[in-house]
Amino acid sequence: MLEPIISVKNLYKAFGSHTVLTDINVDIYNQEVVVVIGPSGSGKSTFLRCLNLLEEPQSGEIRIEGTSLMDKSTKINDIRTELGMVFQQFNLFPHKKVIENIMLAPVQVRKWTPDKARRKALELLDKVGLSEKAEVYPASLSGGQAQRVAIARALAMEPKIMLFDEPTSALDPEMVGEVLAVMKELAREGMTMVVVTHEMGFAREVGDRVIFMEQGVVVEEGTPEQVFGNPKQERTQLFLSKVL
Amino acid sequence: MDFRFDIIIHYLPVLLRGTMLTIGVSLVSILVGSILGLGVGFGKMAPRWYWRWPFHCYINFFRGTPLIVQILIVHFGLIPAFYGSTNALLSAFVALSLNSAAYSAEIFRAGIQSIDQGQQEAALSLGMSKRQAMRFIILPQAIKRMIPAFGNEFIVLVKDSSLMSVVATQELMYWTTTMKGQYLRIWEPYLTAALIYFILTYSLSKLLNVVERRL
Repeated sequence: MLEPIISVKNLYKAFGSHTVLTDINVDIYNQEVVVVIGPSGSGKSTFLRCLNLLEEPQSGEIRIEGTSLMDKSTKINDIRTELGMVFQQFNLFPHKKVIENIMLAPVQVRKWTPDKARRKALELLDKVGLSEKAEVYPASLSGGQAQRVAIARALAMEPKIMLFDEPTSALDPEMVGEVLAVMKELAREGMTMVVVTHEMGFAREVGDRVIFMEQGVVVEEGTPEQVFGNPKQERTQLFLSKVL
Repeated sequence: MDFRFDIIIHYLPVLLRGTMLTIGVSLVSILVGSILGLGVGFGKMAPRWYWRWPFHCYINFFRGTPLIVQILIVHFGLIPAFYGSTNALLSAFVALSLNSAAYSAEIFRAGIQSIDQGQQEAALSLGMSKRQAMRFIILPQAIKRMIPAFGNEFIVLVKDSSLMSVVATQELMYWTTTMKGQYLRIWEPYLTAALIYFILTYSLSKLLNVVERRL
């Protein structure tokens, strides 16, 4: 039996007295693309943020390649180098040029030489189609360009897993395509990806598995064909009828 | 009314010596106060209330009591207690630095907390430690936002250093008062002092404008 690269068991998360995640159990395997869908406030972003401990769960177990995140002796910074994350609001560093945004973590965390980091950064900028933007500041980028730089920045650490937190939700509609294209390319190359999104087309086309969450629980999961084509749960049917 | 430029010119070397000390005291207090303030500011952002509490008290004491009272406490109480005898120059450094640290701490805290949480999250998600995130991501952005507030604080500090004259620190105001006593004239010493203070603070604000644009 194949070991999951991410294993989540009995995960609970609450903000104060407000429970956000209840008994989440999810296994994600190497090279799998898992898409998490659900209405706003369903806890899907919180779930994603628990995977690199940007949110600390109350109880349960999260293992990344077998290493427990709940174990106090685990060095979370080391785990995070293997988990790239892309945010809804891009979160580029506005005081650094595009190339510096991408080079910073490889140099400071991976201890690469600036030369090596620069080569990697340029290679990744080429990959996301933004070679000519290396020396500009993020403020001069469009939303779609900023998000592609953010993806390049995460990839520069050569992570094993990429987490996407609604990467296209803050974009103007005409820019969604360019970001999704980069993500599709990544998926095709075999990157393990967990994607929280409202892009049902992407979920259907690229996802190996779809997880539908509502009110902090996993209501249904399966292949895109199962979940979109033949949803078993009434709540899934209701949600899909609204968004499709 | 006759305005006697001759006594100003006669006294100018002494006033300029006082001005140099005013600048020196201000620079040292700005520097020490800022460094101390960064520490106090971090202390006030500590996660637990009992770690925050001493820093909270420090800031409120120095913001909530008159500087002149603090100067007198430092000069006649604190310095003799540690140093044996008192020393006007040392009192100036200590009193103004401690006072400035309290205000600087709040400037640092406000600046740091004004940076979007997403910046820290992005840094952490790349594997950076909290310290690295602070150093490379948060502080560089925060300091730029802090500059106008620090400009205010530095200007206030330069002006408030004149209060040191009451414990006979031989800075600009001390010599101004001496000049007034020697010539029994009002306008010449005070207007000269006002002009020199204005030149100092105005240059400082211009300098900070340049720094802000450069960053």
